[in-house]
Amino acid sequence: MSSLFSDYHIWTALWATVRLTIYSAIGSLVLGTIVATLRLSPIGILRFVGTSYVNIFRNTPLTLIILSCSFVLYIQLGITLANSSDPKFADVNGFRLAVVGMTVYHATYVCEALRSGFNTIPLGQAEAARSIGLTFGQTMREVILPQAFRGAVVPLGNTLIALTKNTTVAVTIGVYELSAVLKTVTERDPGLLNLSFLVVGVIFVILTLPMGVAIGRLGNRVAVKR
Amino acid sequence: MSASVLFDAPGPKARRRYALLGVIGGVVFAAIMALVVWKLATKDQFASAKWKPFAEWSTWHSYILPGLRGTLVAAAIAIVIALVLGVLLAMLRLLSVPTGNSPKAIGLRAVTWIATAWVELTRAIPVLLMMLFIFGVLSANGHGSGNGPLIATVAGLSFYNSSVICEVIRGGVGQLPKGQSEAGRSIGLTEGQTVRQILLPQAITAMLPSLISQVIVVLKDTALGYNVLYGELLYNSKPATSLNGNIFAMLVVIAAIYIAINYAISKLATWVEHRLQARGRTTGPAAPDGDPAGPTNAPGVATGQAV
Repeated sequence: MSSLFSDYHIWTALWATVRLTIYSAIGSLVLGTIVATLRLSPIGILRFVGTSYVNIFRNTPLTLIILSCSFVLYIQLGITLANSSDPKFADVNGFRLAVVGMTVYHATYVCEALRSGFNTIPLGQAEAARSIGLTFGQTMREVILPQAFRGAVVPLGNTLIALTKNTTVAVTIGVYELSAVLKTVTERDPGLLNLSFLVVGVIFVILTLPMGVAIGRLGNRVAVKR
Repeated sequence: MSASVLFDAPGPKARRRYALLGVIGGVVFAAIMALVVWKLATKDQFASAKWKPFAEWSTWHSYILPGLRGTLVAAAIAIVIALVLGVLLAMLRLLSVPTGNSPKAIGLRAVTWIATAWVELTRAIPVLLMMLFIFGVLSANGHGSGNGPLIATVAGLSFYNSSVICEVIRGGVGQLPKGQSEAGRSIGLTEGQTVRQILLPQAITAMLPSLISQVIVVLKDTALGYNVLYGELLYNSKPATSLNGNIFAMLVVIAAIYIAINYAISKLATWVEHRLQARGRTTGPAAPDGDPAGPTNAPGVATGQAV
């Protein structure tokens, strides 16, 4: 047990997983909101751009996107996201490239979650708001957005859970997060395999189960009763 | 559809504004695309030497097509196992938990408990983690090559998706009118018969769009097999790029293959959904493609999508 923690740096790996989750979540929330705005806009060409973005990146495996970040962005195009004189350059650069890949992929799910929030609103709500003389701004502020956000809570939460679990894919380009522990143990010390799977698995259960419970509760509390 | 919730029908002034914004948006988008293309071109990514291999049969014959086969085989096996396992789990979780101390009741309680634990655990643990673990166990026992990678990939995929399918079906049963199970019981069917003959067929039909969308998730997740050395599309095609350094071209081709297949499946799901709605077989909109999911849906229904 102790060698698992000292030799395979589980705490470091856990911290990397947590940071990967937080940064990618923030990134995909921002990018996903932009894409959702494009998809929901009344302007044809912007809708086309938003829809194409979602169709392209949602139908591509995350593994492929993250591999592209390393092999195309960094190796082929020479784009670096860290100071190359930094002794930890490879680690930092790989981590940031993984964040980019995670963001690009999960932004499509954030976009669809937000859109489904809007889609749950019956048309009558907007018509009623307009017919009592509210302006566009008032309609949005008072009627549409509050309901849309409430409807988007559960799908956004599910996206966050999926994102947390998908951080494991970063091992594909050598980021040392939790699944890298398992990969390294397999190569170096198969005797520790069961224990490390147990530990890493329990960590993920601890990370995701409370999220699921909290989202279910929050979703029920903010649900719009119709 | 959603646009009409957000925006009123535009008048002449708004139409002019939309046209102007459309032009600005188009220019910005074209500029971004041009920048990307220029960046790729300065790094010689469009050189004919990098794209020529795709005009040669050997690239397809020895790398891409066997990889595609690997992807499809793993996905097909995983879908079948996950479906069977998922329906079984759903049946177990739909039966009411028996009370009493007879061995049969205790046994059934234990099985139901195991089913619940299985569903919660395999949904909480990342698929890749399960694959790496199974692959680790297999290679420690000398099965690291041969069928080991395939088994690890398929096992990881089918474990996870069995519980997703179980929850999708349970969500479908939850949406059925209560009278369905009551009618079943009142004509003298046992609880098991009601679940098998009345509830499951209707729930599976109603949830068909979600189940078809789950196929996309499985197909995409076969790419995780890359990490356990399974010969899927990525793993099998990458060696072809070592000579020409044309990994960008290769990844574009592979992405195009994935997008084409998955886009077709998502269209199929939408088509099935429309058909079911036309026949009045859904109790509410199923949520395959970011369509109205509704905050009141069973928790498991939406979880399956975002992976």
